[in-house]
Amino acid sequence: MSDRAEAAVRVIEGSLRKRGRLRDSHITLAHGSGGKAMRDLIEDVFVGSFDNPALAALEDQAVVALSELASHGDRLAFTTDTFVVNPLFFPGGDIGTLAVAGTVNDLAVSGAKPLFLSCGIVMEEGLPVEALRRVVASMKRTAEQAGVYIVTGDTKVVERGAADKLFINTAGIGVVPEGISISARNARPGDAVIVSGYLGDHGTAILVARNELALETQIASDCQPLNGLVETMLRACPDLHCLRDATRGGVATVLNEFAQSSGVTIRVREAALPLRQEVKGACEILGLDPLYLANEGKLVAVVPAEAAQRVLAAMRAHPAGEHAAVIGEVTGEQAGVVVLQTVFGGERIIDMLVGEQLPRIC
Amino acid sequence: MKYVDEFRDPEKARTLAKEIRDLVGRIERARRRPLQIMEVCGGHTHSIFRYGIQQMLPDEVEFVHGPGCPVCVLPMGRVDDCVALAERPEVIFTTFGDAMRVPGSKKSLLQAKADGADVRMVYSPLDALKLARENPGREVVFFGLGFETTMPSTAMTVLQAKAEGLRNFSLFCNHITIIPTIKAILDSPDMHLDGFLGPGHVSMVIGTRPYQFIARHYGKPITIAGFEPLDVLQAVWMVLRQIAEGRCEVENQYGRVVPEEGNAQALAAIHEVFELREFFEWRGLGSIDHSGVRIRDAYAEFDAERKFSVPNVRIADPKSCQCGEVLKGVIKPHECKVFGTACTPETPLGALMVSSEGACAAYYSYGRIELGSKHGRLQHGGPQRRINP
Repeated sequence: MSDRAEAAVRVIEGSLRKRGRLRDSHITLAHGSGGKAMRDLIEDVFVGSFDNPALAALEDQAVVALSELASHGDRLAFTTDTFVVNPLFFPGGDIGTLAVAGTVNDLAVSGAKPLFLSCGIVMEEGLPVEALRRVVASMKRTAEQAGVYIVTGDTKVVERGAADKLFINTAGIGVVPEGISISARNARPGDAVIVSGYLGDHGTAILVARNELALETQIASDCQPLNGLVETMLRACPDLHCLRDATRGGVATVLNEFAQSSGVTIRVREAALPLRQEVKGACEILGLDPLYLANEGKLVAVVPAEAAQRVLAAMRAHPAGEHAAVIGEVTGEQAGVVVLQTVFGGERIIDMLVGEQLPRIC
Repeated sequence: MKYVDEFRDPEKARTLAKEIRDLVGRIERARRRPLQIMEVCGGHTHSIFRYGIQQMLPDEVEFVHGPGCPVCVLPMGRVDDCVALAERPEVIFTTFGDAMRVPGSKKSLLQAKADGADVRMVYSPLDALKLARENPGREVVFFGLGFETTMPSTAMTVLQAKAEGLRNFSLFCNHITIIPTIKAILDSPDMHLDGFLGPGHVSMVIGTRPYQFIARHYGKPITIAGFEPLDVLQAVWMVLRQIAEGRCEVENQYGRVVPEEGNAQALAAIHEVFELREFFEWRGLGSIDHSGVRIRDAYAEFDAERKFSVPNVRIADPKSCQCGEVLKGVIKPHECKVFGTACTPETPLGALMVSSEGACAAYYSYGRIELGSKHGRLQHGGPQRRINP
């Protein structure tokens, strides 16, 4: 081989060994075709960002040592969730933050230590690559915050019109430490009900970000991982009875699930609900009930009465729980009922929502 | 919260509740049967249930939840017309959120949307106008409904469309007017009402004078009431004070918002765009003369009923529903034959189960504590409270 030919081979081999680089400005069907464009996308956008050995191996699966899992506890927690949100970006976060925090939180509220996530992405042809990079950067940041690794994934591209910009599925595994037993069935009369902070921020932020209301508020979504907060709570009281993050359907839905699963009544004091003025205002204008608004970084806990103040103090010392409040207590009059004691001294039932909340005409 | 929390002061509420009890003690009629006060407006119904106001009142005072939720009283045939309009391929059908769930004879707008119709939720008719500007190749129809509260903004939107020369905007007009409706209730032979809480938002537009006939001709006291819980309690106290003193007048508790003469500009816009229909069908109440409005000929180009053909079929209310009797206070919502069985918020048969402001939906969702007090289920420390399953 001539010198020139050898040099050419070196250039070719060198470029083949280089990590793929995505130069397109928009996602095309080629990015889902399994060919070079897809490889470039995966290596540049995902492997480059999430940056961990299990993913960088680029196998069809992530392989995790059982000994590593077993070092954290005695039971595996496994969950999945799919994220669709309009708009993709909103004050306080984006679909990427949601996709990681949501799955981390679903693991955390079982008391599990979240460890590994998968990430399945469906993109609509024409999605700006810049938007994808922003979302992936948010996923990386949120995963770091939560201390989890995104170790495997999948990418699909569908034709324009077949999906709305970007959908993300994340599944997660975590490990539940020995002795922890948290369940919606564990609420007992006498227990205290605690929420971790201001309610309805995410739901209000999304309504405002859709720009349908022309409301001038600065409200930001609360989406954040809660595993750190849960660890703090468990240190203060290993015997947490019920724990759930209050996402779609809001706090009202979680309380109903607790009341029904445990066969108890839950009494909530309206005056004790932590609500921002902006959320109260938006709800007044639209005729919505903040108890049903979505949250993405808030949890509801049912704890033994004697531990309530200890748990509350621990929560308030954590950034994700600084506005935590005891909002009510569990009683035993009737199974499956949630009662709100209004600021006004009256009472009303808080039911499961029928359909979705729709703004009232007047 | 500035200007909201002031109207939710529990201490003031307790004082008012005590004064109401004192007043009731002075009213001879209350010893023979409960005093029935109708809150005409759905917004009041909502407040009464949301804050548990009924529980603060003595048993001798009963609320009758009137016909004032425009979503509830929309007849099924009109919903079918909406669906027919929405299913036209060229149409973008725009509506307020809570009207989307109202069942027609075959489907609701929400179901039509799922089936492919372009139905969009808006917060104001001006949003519909904006859509018309942005989509010159489509026909944007706005579903106008509500009493005099929402009528001015719809009228102004039609005037604006005319001023801009928009050719692809029209209104499917289902606006209704409050006075003939109250009159129809008062004329009903089985009516036992002792007084009225007048609708605050409607009165902001029409003023207090149009209610004079209620006091003069029918001898019933009426107080225009605001929507905060203290407003409602104070208005109840004002109605009872009239009864105790043997007076029948129109009083205005909501003076901070409602002027005696109403809002001249809003009334002018309504009068410019709308005229009375000879009759209009109501769910649960049947046809009421001059209770609805239509678009005047001068604005015919913006009238969806004239621009497109709509089926305009009248559909009878389900036979089992007793909405009319509930509306007139003859029976309570839970005394209806199908309440909570065939008719629930998930599968509403009758008008009053449709919107969250409807009396039956409010009873179903919020009011089981009141119902339960007759059935002895839920108890806790302090005064006995009970809930029906």
